[in-house]
Amino acid sequence: MGKEGDRVQAAAASVAVIAASEGLDALLKLLQRGGYRTIGPKVRDGAVVLEDVSRADELPLGLIDDQQPGAYRLSQAKTPAYFDFTHGSQSWKRYLFPPKEKLWSAQKTNKGFEVQHDVDAPKYAFIGVRACELNAIAIQDKVFIEGDHVNTSYRERREKALIVALNCRRAGGTCFCASMNAGPKVERGYDLALTELTGKNGHSFLIEAGSEQGEKILAKLDARPATPADLKAAAKAVDQAAQSMGREMPKSARKILSKNLESAHWQDVAKRCLDCANCTLVCPTCFCNTTTDSTSLDGQNAERWRQWDSCFTLDFSYIHGGAIRREGSQRYRQWITHKLASWHEQFGVSGCVGCGRCITWCPVGIDITAEVRALAKGK
Amino acid sequence: MTSKTAVKRSPKTADDAQPDTRPDAPRDAPLDAMMPVPFRIVKRTQELADTFTIELTPASGRGGAFAFRPGQFNMLYAFGVGEVPISISGDPANPKKLIHTIRNVGAVTQAISNMKVGDEIGVRGPFGSAWPVEKAEGSDVLIITGGIGLAPLRPAIDHVLANRGKYGRFVILYGARSPADVLFMEQLTAWRGRLDTYVDVTVDHATRDWAGNVGVVTRLIERANFDAYHAKAFICGPELMMRFTIKELSSRGLKDEDIYVSMERNMKCAIGHCGHCQFGGKFVCKDGPVFPYSSVNALLKVRGL
Ligand code: SF4
Ligand code: SF4
Ligand code: FES
Repeated sequence: MGKEGDRVQAAAASVAVIAASEGLDALLKLLQRGGYRTIGPKVRDGAVVLEDVSRADELPLGLIDDQQPGAYRLSQAKTPAYFDFTHGSQSWKRYLFPPKEKLWSAQKTNKGFEVQHDVDAPKYAFIGVRACELNAIAIQDKVFIEGDHVNTSYRERREKALIVALNCRRAGGTCFCASMNAGPKVERGYDLALTELTGKNGHSFLIEAGSEQGEKILAKLDARPATPADLKAAAKAVDQAAQSMGREMPKSARKILSKNLESAHWQDVAKRCLDCANCTLVCPTCFCNTTTDSTSLDGQNAERWRQWDSCFTLDFSYIHGGAIRREGSQRYRQWITHKLASWHEQFGVSGCVGCGRCITWCPVGIDITAEVRALAKGK
Repeated sequence: MTSKTAVKRSPKTADDAQPDTRPDAPRDAPLDAMMPVPFRIVKRTQELADTFTIELTPASGRGGAFAFRPGQFNMLYAFGVGEVPISISGDPANPKKLIHTIRNVGAVTQAISNMKVGDEIGVRGPFGSAWPVEKAEGSDVLIITGGIGLAPLRPAIDHVLANRGKYGRFVILYGARSPADVLFMEQLTAWRGRLDTYVDVTVDHATRDWAGNVGVVTRLIERANFDAYHAKAFICGPELMMRFTIKELSSRGLKDEDIYVSMERNMKCAIGHCGHCQFGGKFVCKDGPVFPYSSVNALLKVRGL
């Protein structure tokens, strides 16, 4: 038997098939009854966003996205599926590590002051978390939980969160997760994983449990056992996504960047880059933040807030009357070198999962993979 | 599942939220590393026109030692105004006194400067790496610094002097802008009075009453007597001053791994979470502020990193 056999056994116990709409509805209802705030994809202002969803018919059925450097557009798909678009600009980061969060508040007392810790940690269930996203979450765990110090509110939200992952059947126009070993198949870190199945046997989802909690939920769903044909169809669907990925990151990206800190190419990118910080805000792994302290008008109460920050701002490296990274070229270098090289040094992994968001949402279409290739050529 | 269970392993309840890694964690250790602990100012000394020293004690009244290693820093919080990273400038052998020497350069330091004895200030820390005083045992020790840079080195000086027998020659070289900017003048004079310590001070611009050296601190190096092959140098000052100092020390034969520098970067969190202090692959707040020069020499050569 050995390991392979164990895995097949385990898989058999926790893989099933649910009907598309009814199955999703039942899953959502079950989670809500369990006290979860169910968050999933929805369409708003022509783009997919991540918001509260309570029923399957709120999901963007039948839509796919066309993503290109600097461009995003939704259109009607030939096959009506629930999850064939890839992802919009938002990532789950905004729920686990909110754009703005109160850390604590303090009150003056007659002698000094007292500080209270503030935590807002709803119990989230995330619906449709793709492989790149799962990897991005694992990366932020390294930053906020697995070091010497813990971001306690992140940890609380993270521990409570239930993850319903999703295998992609179709790669977006800017995706390159396969070359980052970060997708398109979800490998770990989920409670349940879905693969959408459309075809002559109708519309359904293969559903796999990846945790005890996932098993318990799966046991309560109206599901039929998965057949070898279902498993094959699901595997084929993910394969298709991998095959259709039109972009890749050079394997030696880390080395290329470490070696090119003084490249003339930085000036070339700086001419195109608008310093808008979009790439860092859409990136599911970027964790930089700043804190702001304030007081009430009467000076009796104070608060500290944490909010997303970006290495593209001049203020970011400000010290004693000046910024360290004064030039746009230095800031772009910080961003891409951090993502692809120094992240390894800091956390033992790349800071990029190949989701392609920074390419799609760059107003001038700067492509992280193309810049690495240009640097390698020494342009 | 790997990443998921790794997370679930960590404890959940409030009373075990943040393990305090301090050698002597005070009993009022906070729930979250971002929460300041109130301390009361028990003494305030004006050192120079723009520089002052404050001594702090826990506001809870429980007292207790604030153990730290020479070179480490705290985040000091002025109520409602904000936070700044400030090195601890007290004697590590006397951790009951938490001492900071602060130059008034911005809104937060100005607010702290305006505080009086009895006022409360928030403290998070101690954070960061330390001057390798143990590793330096048996070697000559060179302290080379300028301006306010003497403050983060004073705990190292205290330590070496308290354990004087464990070290070889002890050299302190200090530079200030003008005679009125010489920090800890009394102490420098006292150290200079010792037979086992060589102290040399210089100023960039002399005034009439200054009988000492004039010029940059690097010029003092050639006169100092030490064994470059058995020495450790601790340097703290502006980046440009450190660069020239290192050049001079290298030409005297000091190896890169025997030279230690204290770096400065923008800091918001001090715990490796905000990204502001990045210096190549290093976080100055947790991998530094003290680095062996051998680990940062390549980075220091690149502008705007
Ligand atoms: S760097 Fe770009 S492609 Fe990589 S994870 Fe961030 S947004 Fe996605
Ligand atoms: S790329 Fe920039 S914003 Fe993103 S984590 Fe790195 S330093 Fe922070
Ligand atoms: S100060 Fe926040 S990461 Fe170093």
